[in-house]
Amino acid sequence: MDKHPLELTVNGSRFTVEVEHRKTLADTLREDCGLTGTHVGCEHGVCGACTVLVGGEPVRACLMFAHQAAGRPVRTVESLAAGERLHVLQQAFTDHHALQCGYCTPGFLMLIVGAFERDPDIADGELIEVLSSNLCRCTGYQNIIRAVRSVQDQLRGRA
Amino acid sequence: MQPLRPTRYIGKSVTRLEDRPLLTGAARFVADLDFPHQLHMRVVRSAHAHGRILGITTTEASALPGVVAVWTAADLGDLPPIPIRATAIQGLPPYRQPILARGRVRYVGEPVAVVFAESAYGAEDAADLVVADIEPLEPYLDVCRAPAEFAPGLTSEPTIIRKGYGDVDAAFQRAHAMVALDLSVGRHSAIPMETRGALARHDRARDVLELHGAAKRPHWNRDQLAEMLSMSPARIELYENHVGGGFGVRGEIYPEDVLVCVGARRLGRPVKWIEDRREHLLSANQSREQHHRIRAAVDAEGRFLAIDETLLHDQGAYVRTHGARVADMTIGLLLGPYRVPNYRAVAHYRLTNKTPAATYRAPGRFEGSFVRERLIDAIAQRLDLDPLEVRRRNLIGSAEMPYVRGLTALETEVILDSGDYAGLLEKALVWSGWQAMSRQAAARRAAGEAVGVGFGMFVEKSGLGPSEMVHLTVHADGTVEVVTGASSLGQGMETAIAQIAADTLGVDYRSIRVLHGNTNRIAFGFGAHASRVTVMTGEATRRAAEAVRAKALAFASELLQRDAAALDVVDGTVVAREGGGPSITLGQLAAQLAPASGSRGDREPGLAGTAWFHSKHMNYPYGVHMAQVAVDRETGGVKVERYCVAYDVGRAVNPAMIEGQIVGGLAQGLGGALLEEFLYSEDGQPLSVTFADYLTLTAREMPPVAVLITEDAPSPLNPLGLKGAGEGGVNAAGAAIASAIDDALQVAGLVARLPATPQYIRSRLRELEGGAA
Repeated sequence: MDKHPLELTVNGSRFTVEVEHRKTLADTLREDCGLTGTHVGCEHGVCGACTVLVGGEPVRACLMFAHQAAGRPVRTVESLAAGERLHVLQQAFTDHHALQCGYCTPGFLMLIVGAFERDPDIADGELIEVLSSNLCRCTGYQNIIRAVRSVQDQLRGRA
Repeated sequence: MQPLRPTRYIGKSVTRLEDRPLLTGAARFVADLDFPHQLHMRVVRSAHAHGRILGITTTEASALPGVVAVWTAADLGDLPPIPIRATAIQGLPPYRQPILARGRVRYVGEPVAVVFAESAYGAEDAADLVVADIEPLEPYLDVCRAPAEFAPGLTSEPTIIRKGYGDVDAAFQRAHAMVALDLSVGRHSAIPMETRGALARHDRARDVLELHGAAKRPHWNRDQLAEMLSMSPARIELYENHVGGGFGVRGEIYPEDVLVCVGARRLGRPVKWIEDRREHLLSANQSREQHHRIRAAVDAEGRFLAIDETLLHDQGAYVRTHGARVADMTIGLLLGPYRVPNYRAVAHYRLTNKTPAATYRAPGRFEGSFVRERLIDAIAQRLDLDPLEVRRRNLIGSAEMPYVRGLTALETEVILDSGDYAGLLEKALVWSGWQAMSRQAAARRAAGEAVGVGFGMFVEKSGLGPSEMVHLTVHADGTVEVVTGASSLGQGMETAIAQIAADTLGVDYRSIRVLHGNTNRIAFGFGAHASRVTVMTGEATRRAAEAVRAKALAFASELLQRDAAALDVVDGTVVAREGGGPSITLGQLAAQLAPASGSRGDREPGLAGTAWFHSKHMNYPYGVHMAQVAVDRETGGVKVERYCVAYDVGRAVNPAMIEGQIVGGLAQGLGGALLEEFLYSEDGQPLSVTFADYLTLTAREMPPVAVLITEDAPSPLNPLGLKGAGEGGVNAAGAAIASAIDDALQVAGLVARLPATPQYIRSRLRELEGGAA
């Protein structure tokens, strides 16, 4: 399979890479951009471990070819913290013990950040619906829900 | 001046040391690791449940650009099969899994060939071109049928395990009543979010084989790999990276771990293998599939006189690392918290043409608790007694501890070390508002809803020995390094161990770095399984920290001209207990104890210590599960509305992490009780090979969970009284849910199998109502 040149904008930086047309965005972010925070859990769009934001929308990076992301800004978990300072949601996750093995965590963080950016007024029931689109096998979700609720005002940009 | 007091960490829900890299994307799971010039491995798997291999054609695959090698069993020479851990059970070796199938395939997903290529995508392309010509044979899929032939002269029942004591037949003869049940549990697995993976390289400069992606039992795996590959263990290093969940399944030696090692050595290049999810659902260890035929003899008050149990255990296609351990411990630990004067159990360990089975969180106990608690409910029904009263009458009393069961499990004698089962039962009823819950459910039933409550009691086991060793070193900057041979699967062990070290030594837990899972840092280790790390590594850490503290105080007492007894270590500094006066930090003491330090004198260099903890017996935490469910009679769907778990952990090091273990375990338990199952077609084709077929719980199905952690029965087997917390959340989930569904539908014994899927509940209702539903 031939490789084709591609320019990606990820977390505000430009990456010039050469990848096959069939290569997924998840694999390209990990292997060609060196951003291994995006994890691959099922490769068929169910578990959500690979969730990133493309053009501001949460997307399964395993279901999208890298070439489809050309010209659209991509954001990954690596964009959340500002140096040593954690993003308010990351801080809430550690404060509420909302992660154990941490494999699903980047996907959940990007899913939640994306959901609040899309709809700052997202209702609680809808939020659970959104959270149910990703899988976690360690926490039983309770602490993830607690963590999100504890900072939802900040995520809505109101605090 | 106020006397200084050391900060106390044990018992506090401090935030985890592990979190930052996991939150920021900086973590390093095995898939995140690459070596220059590495090859990618892809396994070709059997599409048949059972068949004779007539030939495997690899020419087309080999010809694909970028393909470096394609191997079948013939290319592996006399590479030994997957090893079995030490066991007293005889007769298992002929049933071990070959690294690549030899002569026959025995389950869909069995490795039959392996491809090494320049890229992962290319390896997958080539694997599709390998053609295995297989003559199908009749699969053996149902352990309730008589055993089949595994190979000429070998039946598919490698062993029958027998346990028991007393005179069961005599007890049944004088019984007031007898209750018999046929129960079964479906096939589940742990499903960690990270699939398996391995990266091997032969470092020619050092002549060392490195295996990255190790988990659970790095030292045992190293020793076994050394034997299989005819190498010295001193020439193999296993490295544990971040591990995305284990729950018993990750970190055993599988064929793929051996293949990356053989590939790296023979091909002279690093070899990386990352499993995809479909492969995981076909080839990682599965668990739980059992049928139980159980009978109880009771007196008029519902007290057990005897239990007679027959277990049919579905092991899948081969014996893997655990041997017959799950079947063995199912019957060894079946009795839970109850006094049973006579007991006879027979476990038929049978191989079928399905994915091989082994341990998954609370192995044998999720199943056993379901069976035992169903039995209690059936006894109550039969004698028209309150099921809680039947439990109370049968519970082993706290005064009877330690209680010798007269049974074995995990190659140890089962001695319940401590417990106040009746005390926890009463506490849990009050705390959960059980009476109100039951009343409300009854009121809603009267109004037409199908709502019910269910209860399950259990005894867990934890702290499996035999040993663990810890090296503890204080560096000159005050950082404390704890090296253990145990490992981490993401459960937070670094934090728990740091809390214990911090309190013992007198330092901030954040100044402690816990290193684990790397065989080149420590000579011995027994890994992370059986809820053992906090107990075994925890106590070894406490001992090492005690030794280092004593060393620090003795040296400081000379330097500060104070009696050692008048000194304390507070936040990393040796100070006078009464406050004031000179002080010295542990870092400064470490610097002065450096080998070349002039002030060291004849003292042993380094502010460091090593300690062992040995334990011949497991300890036994215990708990109660309480569920409230609503059943939709039309669809058979079950909604879990509320859930409570009370758990006695002996001593809680980090309550938030224990609660996290319990709630997380419960999510798996509820999955197993209601949704999760590996189904097979009649010809042995697996039907649950994606997350669309194998359903795990999401945030929407998870009920609100309340957790009560108690410390009423510290373990007498270690000074801190520690017991494990990894498996209590999953243990009685099936039991409580089954009981709640029965209650909701007001049909005793409706649930006789797990998972209680909507289809199952509908079919049971039809069956019981004579087709009227």
